[in-house]
Amino acid sequence: MTNGWIDIKNTDLALVMGGNPAENHPCGFKWVIEAKRNRNAKLIVVDPRFTRTAATSDLFCQIRAGTDIAFLGGMINYAIANNRIAHDYLLNYTNAAFIVKEGFKLPEDGLYSGFDHATQTYDRSTWTYEDGSDSGGVVASHAAPAAAAPGAPKPLPPLPAKVAYDLTLQHPRCVFQLLKQQYSRYTPEMVERVTGISKDQFLKTAELFTSIRKDGDMKKVATIIYAVGWTQHSFGTQTIRTAAMLQLLLGNVGRAGGGVNALRGHSNIQGATDLAGVFDILPGYLKVPTPADGDLAAYLKRTTPTSSKPNPWDSYNYWSNTPKFTVSLLKSMYGDAATKENQWAFDYLPKVDRNYSWTQIWDNMYRGSVKGLLAFGMNGVAIGPDSQKNIEALKKADFLVVGEIYPDETSEFWRSPGITLDEMKTIQTTVYRLPCAGFAEKDGTMTNSARWLQWKYAAVPPPGDARLDQDILAQIFLKVRGLYQTRGGKFPDPILNLTWAYSDPQHPPLAEVAKELNGKALADLTDPKTQVTIKKGQQVPGFAWLKDDGTTACGNWLYAGSWTEAGNQMARRDTSDPSGLGVYQNWAWSWPANRRVMYNRASCDPSGKPWDASRKQVWWNETAQSWVGNDVPDFKLDSNPKDHMGPFIMNPEGVGRIFGPLAAFADGPFPEHYEPIESPVANLFHPNQPNNPVVKKMKTPADKYAGPNDGYNVICTTYRLTEHYHYWTKNNPMNVQLVPEPFIELPVELAQELGIKGNDKIKVSSIRSYYIAKAFVTKRIKPMMIDGKKTYQIGIPIHQGYRGIQEDAGRDARTILNRLTPTVVDPNAYTPEFKGFLVKVEKV
Amino acid sequence: MSQATLAIKKISGHPGPAPGADVERDYQVAKLIDTTTCIGCKACEVACLEWNGYTFTETTFDNSYQTMPSTAWNYWNLIKFNEHEREDGTLQLLMRKDQCMHCADPGCLMACPADGAIVQYTNGIVDFQQQNCIGCGYCVSGCPFDIPKFNPTTKKMFKCTLCSDRVSQGLEPACIKSCPTGCLHFGSKEDMTYLAESRAKQLRENFGFEKAGVYDPAGVGGTGVIYVLHDVTDPEAYGGLPKDPHIPWVVRFWKGPAKWIGNLAMLFGVLGVTLHYFRYGPKEIHPPKNGDGGKP
Ligand code: SF4
Ligand code: SF4
Repeated sequence: MTNGWIDIKNTDLALVMGGNPAENHPCGFKWVIEAKRNRNAKLIVVDPRFTRTAATSDLFCQIRAGTDIAFLGGMINYAIANNRIAHDYLLNYTNAAFIVKEGFKLPEDGLYSGFDHATQTYDRSTWTYEDGSDSGGVVASHAAPAAAAPGAPKPLPPLPAKVAYDLTLQHPRCVFQLLKQQYSRYTPEMVERVTGISKDQFLKTAELFTSIRKDGDMKKVATIIYAVGWTQHSFGTQTIRTAAMLQLLLGNVGRAGGGVNALRGHSNIQGATDLAGVFDILPGYLKVPTPADGDLAAYLKRTTPTSSKPNPWDSYNYWSNTPKFTVSLLKSMYGDAATKENQWAFDYLPKVDRNYSWTQIWDNMYRGSVKGLLAFGMNGVAIGPDSQKNIEALKKADFLVVGEIYPDETSEFWRSPGITLDEMKTIQTTVYRLPCAGFAEKDGTMTNSARWLQWKYAAVPPPGDARLDQDILAQIFLKVRGLYQTRGGKFPDPILNLTWAYSDPQHPPLAEVAKELNGKALADLTDPKTQVTIKKGQQVPGFAWLKDDGTTACGNWLYAGSWTEAGNQMARRDTSDPSGLGVYQNWAWSWPANRRVMYNRASCDPSGKPWDASRKQVWWNETAQSWVGNDVPDFKLDSNPKDHMGPFIMNPEGVGRIFGPLAAFADGPFPEHYEPIESPVANLFHPNQPNNPVVKKMKTPADKYAGPNDGYNVICTTYRLTEHYHYWTKNNPMNVQLVPEPFIELPVELAQELGIKGNDKIKVSSIRSYYIAKAFVTKRIKPMMIDGKKTYQIGIPIHQGYRGIQEDAGRDARTILNRLTPTVVDPNAYTPEFKGFLVKVEKV
Repeated sequence: MSQATLAIKKISGHPGPAPGADVERDYQVAKLIDTTTCIGCKACEVACLEWNGYTFTETTFDNSYQTMPSTAWNYWNLIKFNEHEREDGTLQLLMRKDQCMHCADPGCLMACPADGAIVQYTNGIVDFQQQNCIGCGYCVSGCPFDIPKFNPTTKKMFKCTLCSDRVSQGLEPACIKSCPTGCLHFGSKEDMTYLAESRAKQLRENFGFEKAGVYDPAGVGGTGVIYVLHDVTDPEAYGGLPKDPHIPWVVRFWKGPAKWIGNLAMLFGVLGVTLHYFRYGPKEIHPPKNGDGGKP
C-alpha cells in the first residue's frame, strides 16, 4: 500500500477493483465503512461477481474478467476529455511535461516500437525521454534512432540526465499528449464492447470517480484498492500501472485517503517480499546480480540510477544510495569476511542467470532438472497453476521436504485422486514431512499491507515434535556447513563465512534476527551535519546512517530504524493519534522510516501548503526551513519548495511516472489492453495482436491452452471466501461448518440453459483437467454482452482439495480447483493467470 | 451494570407477581444491527458458538452462503443471505443477522405454561431457564420470529440469551465484540434508537436509500434487537423478517382477557402435557423449511 489500512477512513471515494476486501480482508474493510459513515464517502465496486464487498457499494459494475485495463484506460480517457484532472499536480509531480524520444510508437496495432517477433521481446531503446541537454529544455529535433537490431538484447542506454520538456503540455511527443492519444481509443463504446459494462453504467462510474476533481478542486481524495484480481493476469503489472497513472492524473497519490493500495492476501506476504521472497531481488528490493555483473563496481553501476530530469526540477534520486545499502547488506551477511579488498564479498552472492520464478521451478522439476524441493508455509500442489502438472513434477523429484501444520496436498501428492496402488509403487520421491509451528506458536514480526512491522509474542509453545521454522532451517544450514568444513567443496567460502552469530546457533532467536535486519555501526560514526555520534556496535537509528565503506552492517535497509538503541520499535503499542488522521506514529513501526503514507510531499501544493487543510499530513515550515508534519515527511527535509524537488524521490526523475521508460516494464511504457491467454473473443483493439506480445506459453506436454473453437467458451475466475483461509481451514471444524463443501457459482441463465439446478453436482472442465462440485446458481453473476455476443462467466472458490475434514470423510469429489488453471505468467512479476481462463460446464 | 441487571420483571406460567415487576431501571438494553454495513462475514456466528460452548455441527451446502436454513438449538445466531432484485433492476445481496429479538412483549413467554421457564429481566433481556422448561414447545407458537428451538437430547428449548451472562458483568454480547465492521452496537435502547435513526437518515439523505428506516416493531411492544434496513417497507426481503409481527391472537387471548380461563386451562394443560409426555414421549419440533437461503 502507498497508504495504509486505517488511512482509508480519510477517503472521499473508494474504488475497489480486482479485490474483495469485505470477504478477504474483513477487518481492514471496516475503514471503508468508517469513511462511508463518517465522511459520506462513496464506494464503487468493479468485479466479475456481485460480492459481499459489492453488497455495501454505492455503484457496482460487473466486468468481464481480464478487461480491467480497458476499463481503467476508459477512465483515463474520460478524465482527460472532461478535464477532471489535477493540472498543477500533473505538471509538477509527474512526467507529463517530459518529451519522449522520437521514434517511440504507440501500440495502435498492439505493438510498441522495437518489437522483435523472433524472440518475442522488445528493444526498449526508444522507450525513453528526449535528451534536453543542448537545448536547455527547448525541444531539439533529433534524427530517428537506428532501427533496433533483432537478436540478443543490447544493454539499454541510461536515461538522459537532462530531459526535454514542454510546460504547456502541448508538444505532440510530451507524455501528456501521448497518454491522451493512447487512451483516446478507449471510448465508452469500446469499454462496453470489451468489458461488458454498458456504456451508461460506465459513464455513470467514470463521472462519479472523477467527480472529486470537478472544477479543478483539489480538496477531495479518492483511493484505489485492489488485490490479486488485478495481479493474476498475463498483464497484471500493467493493470496496476493503469491505476497508478489514473491516480497520478487525478492527483491522488501521496495524500491521506488516496493512493494505490494493494491488499496482501496473507498476514506476512509483504514481509516475505521485503526480505527477498522473490528470485530476482535481494532484501530491500536491491536487484539480484547477474553473471554480466563482472564485479561489484559493474553491479553497482547497473543498479544505481542517476537522476534524469528537465532543468526546472530537482531530483533527490534516493536510489543513488544503492551502494550504501548493498555494502551494508554484504557486511551483514559475511561480517569480517567481507573486506574492501574482496569487494565486500560480492563474489559470494549467487549470480542469477535465468528465470527462477514459481512456475519455472515447477516446469524445471517437470522437465527433470530440479531434483528436490523444500516447501515451507505453502501448499505448492494446491496453489498451482495446473496442479496436475505440479503433481507430475513431484513424481519425478528425488526428494520433497514439507514443513506444515497439517498433512496437505503437496506432501500427499503421491496419493492424490487417480493414482492407483500400482502407480504409487513406482513413485520414487522421498517425502519428509516436518511438523512445524503455527503462527500463534512463534514470536517475531508480521509486516502487513500497510507496511507495518508488528512484533508478536508466542501464545503457546509448538505441540509435540513440531519445531519452529527458523530452528529447522538453522539446523539444516549448520549441518551443510559442517559437511563443507569436513569435506570441503567447490566453493565453500560463502557457506563457511556466512554470519551466524546467534546466541543459540541451533535455535536463532528472532529478536536477534530482527536486530540484525535493522543493522548496526561497525565503527564509531558521526553525522557531519548534526554532530550526533553512534558508537561501534550500536544499532543504527535509520538507513540515513548506512555507509558504503564497510562501517555499517544492515540486513535490510528498509527495516533500519525498526530495532534501535531505543529498543524494539515494532513492539510499540501507543494508541495516541494527535492528528486524528489515523497515523498512530507510535504504534508498531512502518517502513520506510516509520512513515505511514508514502510520497506525502505530494499532499501539498508546489509551494508546500496542504491541498486540503483539514487533512494536513506534512507541510513546509518557512521559519524552521524544514518539512514538518503529523507523519514523517517522505522527502529531503530541508528542500525548499522553491527548489522544485519532485516528491517521488525513489524515481530518478523525482516525479511520478505516467510514462514508464526503458526497462521499467517488459511490455510497454503505457498499459495496453490484451486478452487473457484463453479468451472467448478477439482483441477488439487489434485482432492481430490478441495477447500480451511478450508473454510466452510453457511448452511441456502438460501445458495446453484452449480457445472458444475447442468448445471452451465460459470464462472462469477463482477466488477465496471469508469463511476459509487458503488450504488450511478445511482442517478446522468451525470453518468447515460455515462452508462445508466446494461449490461453483454460475448464473441463473446458464444453469437454465444446461438444465442445472442449485445443489446439483456439476463438472467444470478446462483443456487441462476437470473439477467437480455442487452448483451455486446465483443472480450475482449475470450473462454479459461482449461485442454483441452473449457470454457467461462462472466463479469457483479455491479452498478445497483432497486432504481435510470433509475430504477425508469422502464427502466431496476431492478435486483441486487449480487443476483447471493454465501455466502462463505476467512478464514483469511472473504471477500466474488464475483469473479469466476458459472452461465448459456440464451436469454430472 | 451489575447483577441487578438480571432482576426479573416477567415470568412465564407464574401465578404470583414477579419479584422485579416494579423495579425501576434507568435503561433497557438493546442491540443495533445495521444491515447496510454487514458484510456477512459470520464472525458473529462463530463468536456466539465459542462463547456459548457449542462446537461443530454437520452442515450441507444449500445453494447459498448461508450456514444453515435457520437458527438451531445450538446455533443461535445466523446470517440470512438473500439475493434481492429491486424495482430498478439492480441487485442487492441482503445479509441479516437473525437471532432472538428480545421482544418487549415476548410471545414466547406469554405462551409458555411452565413456571419460570422463560423470564424477562428488567433490562429487557428474554431468557430461557432450561431447568424449568418442560419441552412442550408452546413458546414456538408464541414467537413471531421462529426463534425457540428444541434440543432433542435434553428435551429443552434454547435460543439466544443476548449474552445475559456477559451483560450482567458489564460486557457486551459476544457477537457485538466480534463484528469487524462495527455494524453491531450494544447499549441502552434509547442510545441505540438514536444511533439507528441517525444512520437511517444518513442513508436516506446521502446514499439514495429513500426508504431506509429502523425496524423496531410495535406489534411486540418494540424489540431489544433493532435493525437499520435499506428499505424498511420490505423487511420480508431480508430472509423472512415479518412486516408486522404480532403475538398470535390465540396466545394473546389465552393470557389476556381470558386469563382466568387460561389459568384453569393451564393447569389442565400442564397436566395434559405431562400425561402426553409420559404416554408419547417428547414433542418433536421440526424446524420449518423457511427462508429461501439466497436461492434465486
Ligand atoms: S423473538 Fe421470539 S423467542 Fe425472542 S423474545 Fe421475541 S418471542 Fe421470545
Ligand atoms: S460479525 Fe458483523 S459484519 Fe460479520 S456477519 Fe456478523 S453482523 Fe455481519
